[in-house]
Amino acid sequence: MTTLSETLRRPRIDSTNGVWLALGMTLIIGGILVATDGGSLFGQNSTVSLLQRAAGLGIVAVGQTFAILAGSLDLSVAYVISLTSLIAAETMAGSDGRVLPAILAVVAVSGAIGLVNGLLITKLRINAFIATLGVGLLIKGYLEQGYAGPAGSVPVSFQHLGYDRVGPVPVAFLLFIGVAAVAWLVIKRSRFGHHLIATGGDLDVARLSGVRTDWVLIRTHIVCSLCAGIAGLYLASRLGAGAPRVGAEGGYDLESIAAVVLGGTVLAGGKGGVAGTVGGVLLLAVIDGIFNQLAVDPFFKQVVRGVVIVAAVAIYALRLRRKVVRKAAAA
Amino acid sequence: MTVEAPTGPATLGQSRRGRWGAGSILPVVVILALLLIAVGIRQPDFYDPPALLAFLKRAAPLIILAAGQYFVIVAGDFDLSVGSLVTAEVVIAARMIDGDPSATWPVVALVLGFGLLVGLVNGLVTTRLLVPSFITTLGMYLILVGAVYTWTGGSPRGALSEEFRMLGRRGIEGVPWLGEIPYAVLILLVLAALAILAMRSDFGKVLLAVGDNPRAARLAGGRVAGVRTIAFVISGGCAAVAAILLGGFGGVSFQVGAGLEFTAITAVVLGGVVLGGGRGSVVGAMLGALTLQTLLTLLNLLGVAGALASAVQGLIILAAVAIGGLRART
Amino acid sequence: MHDVGKSFYGVSVLSNVDIDVHPGEVHAVVGENGAGKSTLMKIASGVYQPDSGSVRIGGEPVLLHNPRAAQAAGVGIIHQEFNLLPERTVAENVFLGREPTRRGLVDRRTMRERTAELLASVGAETVRPTDRVGALGVAQQQVVEIVKALSLDARVLIMDEPTAALADHEVELLYALVRRLQARGIGILYVSHRLAEVFDLSSRITVLKDGRRVVTVDTADATPEALVRHMVGRELASYYPPKASKPGTALVTLAGAGNGRLRPIDLELRSGEVLGVGGLQGSGRSALARALFGAPGFSAGQMTLDGKPVRPRSPRQAVRAGIAYVTEDRKGEGLALSQSVLDNALLASRAATPRWFGGGARTTSVRDLLAAVEVHAAGADQEVRYLSGGNQQKVVLARWLAMKPRVLLFDEPTRGIDVGAKAAIHELIRDLADKGAAVLMISSELPELLGMSDRIVVMRDGALAGELPGDASEEAVLSLATGTPHEVPA
Repeated sequence: MTTLSETLRRPRIDSTNGVWLALGMTLIIGGILVATDGGSLFGQNSTVSLLQRAAGLGIVAVGQTFAILAGSLDLSVAYVISLTSLIAAETMAGSDGRVLPAILAVVAVSGAIGLVNGLLITKLRINAFIATLGVGLLIKGYLEQGYAGPAGSVPVSFQHLGYDRVGPVPVAFLLFIGVAAVAWLVIKRSRFGHHLIATGGDLDVARLSGVRTDWVLIRTHIVCSLCAGIAGLYLASRLGAGAPRVGAEGGYDLESIAAVVLGGTVLAGGKGGVAGTVGGVLLLAVIDGIFNQLAVDPFFKQVVRGVVIVAAVAIYALRLRRKVVRKAAAA
Repeated sequence: MTVEAPTGPATLGQSRRGRWGAGSILPVVVILALLLIAVGIRQPDFYDPPALLAFLKRAAPLIILAAGQYFVIVAGDFDLSVGSLVTAEVVIAARMIDGDPSATWPVVALVLGFGLLVGLVNGLVTTRLLVPSFITTLGMYLILVGAVYTWTGGSPRGALSEEFRMLGRRGIEGVPWLGEIPYAVLILLVLAALAILAMRSDFGKVLLAVGDNPRAARLAGGRVAGVRTIAFVISGGCAAVAAILLGGFGGVSFQVGAGLEFTAITAVVLGGVVLGGGRGSVVGAMLGALTLQTLLTLLNLLGVAGALASAVQGLIILAAVAIGGLRART
Repeated sequence: MHDVGKSFYGVSVLSNVDIDVHPGEVHAVVGENGAGKSTLMKIASGVYQPDSGSVRIGGEPVLLHNPRAAQAAGVGIIHQEFNLLPERTVAENVFLGREPTRRGLVDRRTMRERTAELLASVGAETVRPTDRVGALGVAQQQVVEIVKALSLDARVLIMDEPTAALADHEVELLYALVRRLQARGIGILYVSHRLAEVFDLSSRITVLKDGRRVVTVDTADATPEALVRHMVGRELASYYPPKASKPGTALVTLAGAGNGRLRPIDLELRSGEVLGVGGLQGSGRSALARALFGAPGFSAGQMTLDGKPVRPRSPRQAVRAGIAYVTEDRKGEGLALSQSVLDNALLASRAATPRWFGGGARTTSVRDLLAAVEVHAAGADQEVRYLSGGNQQKVVLARWLAMKPRVLLFDEPTRGIDVGAKAAIHELIRDLADKGAAVLMISSELPELLGMSDRIVVMRDGALAGELPGDASEEAVLSLATGTPHEVPA
């Protein structure tokens, strides 16, 4: 009994901090590799572009973390990003004075989409995969109908979000860290966060304990869509206009899920957190950065991504199985 | 994530649920019939045998993909890698053949073998390494996309031979009354028959039981991991065949398979198959694909060009699944 | 003023049962399986509504529409299966759904402190509020359940077989806890099979049998023998099929066979014979049957079938060796509920011995078997979920009959099955033995165990506690199972 609890109280390398360990090792090994190649992984330019890339996916992945923790998932985020980038750019129409209304419009629309997702899943009992896929198709149709290419324009003042930086750190990356910090606080410290993890962990236990699980899931999807909306704002600022295909071409739907899972959050829900997701996003970005620096075929990194994600989840699954086996043997 | 299946004592509503609810093909048959009538009104010569066969030829790849996806879904898994697999196969075929007609048949064999291999890897990683199939096949999707781009350096190279393209494009000509019978339709018919036979066989019945209750299937002496792996292999093989057909009447591009995994899953669900496994028929899945193709044709005829098509597709799928779910609840 | 009076006047499962708990009292409820204990507890905790009768707390009649209403009224229940989230901490589990907040955020400090207080109040300082529940032992998880109930200010606590999952030294912990709760004035309804516990803890004992209250006695005035007589006291039903006329020959032998859950076991299954396995839940009965079936198999010792050594490592190997296993969890792992009657009956044939040809003949013979065991269904194509428990079990039987097994392992074959179907299943089991199969039958129902078995072994704590002849008394089985000495009444 004592030995068991002692081992458990030692800091464990489990799925959520494992990704940070992997990140550290990747940074060291990658740094050495790049250095021997004559470059520098930590130079100003490469760091900036690395963090810049992490920001967009990161914000979406934070939202996706909510959905997956609750035992759901959201495949509509890619189209929400495109839609909100257009709403932002068209509402702003190049005028400084309309930035605030544009942000409000993005919040309203993305929140409403999340509400629809949540209602479809809880009230009509549609599988989350199909519900969010269907909503995504609806938005995609609207986008393809209404837009052939970029539209609207973002005032220079708003482009600061996409291009400014504090030292080597882009403002957008700070925004990502800010969103992640708020999300971390919500998940760790709010009642909603506790109920969210309970709902994802065991719907029946949560319900029997008095958690209103439907309402939790609806709010979860609103949060997830809002994050996609924020990412849409960022991309609009970065591109200077709204782009109807920016979300789908960036693969934000599946990549955000991949980043979350890479961060150790269990796909079935109830276990994991935002810290892991941030680690997952950074790991993907660092791998990208290393490959860019080494001038390896840019597409090869995609292969590595796939292998890393599957391998990570396989390792988590094996660890879990070993733990179960050890526990059964001890019992 | 899953809709709870109804339990409880038998009631009068039960027989109706059996026919209309989750797992039944009746809803998709009704939707398909309505769509076919609408298409017929809009374009009366749609029902001329040659036109109909041409339509089936266009629908064949999606129907084949949906059939493959069905095996995976009914066992309780997902296969998100089929779209990228189709792309990879077409690109591989083009580069390997490189316009040389004599390379055609070896490459066809290679393409089929590669599809089966990808499916096998998906299945083994999922069942032996215990990675959720959603992640396994998502990883495979990333790997295939990246590998194909890397291998070709960013743009497809080579060209398919005319012999290769013939499979997707041409047919047996000069058949009285029917005109040309496309090879694609013949391949479709053979595969559909095989799929139906497979689902009527011991393998198919055990597959359904595995998707329904893997523990019960195991305690009855079933090889749960083996059966699930075979389902992935079938899906990979079907993707390979679909790639051969698509390569024939489409061009060689990186876009040829884009998004097909979701289209195939949508088709399967539209056909009354339940995500999570254990319910639904392969005929339903194939009819679901045919229905999607008919819907796209109708939208095309109505002048709703590609644009709104996906919106309507989204609406239909949501409505179909919602109605199925609500009926199952009452 | 925490008197609790409850009376129910149900029709079938429970009739005219009165029971009351005083503040600070442990009132034990004993009875065989199916005596109505769980139904009674579920009514008290708001899961079921009584057809008649009433529940009163502190003299006031209360209506317990659902578990939340019962919680609000001060009734806490600790189920056999835990209602906990293994990935969350103790404090998070205790306060789930009722997290205290400060300035909009969950006040984790208050949560920890109150949990620590509650844990201390039950003397469980070894459990920390910040421990992950999944990392705790079963006994400690039980403490968490209890603390969760206490955090609701429960005045009455229902404990349903609280020791079922506990090891011996953990039971001591629970005892101490129960005594502390008692000292705080909480009334406890303590449901248990184990008489030793009941005598250790309770001040009064109520015996339930066939949904009726037989007697309520002061523990001081009761003896184990008297209680067992009250629990059993019925006519031994005469409708069991006749037993084997001659002893069978050994078909399966175990020598020192064991695994993680079983201590080394020596046992013989004989053809033509029904071997009954008695014992409490968690005593290793199911683990034994499952080990014979390779799910999971034995890790030590010898197992032979027909004189040849075998050691099935998967159900598939067992099935192919001619062994069949009818699980106690019919819905969870026996049937594929969305599939048809016919498909379920064919499942073992198809899964263990798949064929590409000749399926037609097999289907015909399984249809005949379904008819022979008299499955009542709308048709062979009906989904098996809509069948009654008895008919579902007959489908499972048909599935195994199709495999012509030589060894059949039944785990609670008639659980949740009505009387008529029960007799039919008994006939079928006996018929199989008569035709030369070796049958092992686990049963918690003593009349069934005694009525069916040619020979009985009783298990306790993962080992064989003893062997009895088929005509043993219920008292003998119970005392072996519970480990209480048994004196044969003169």
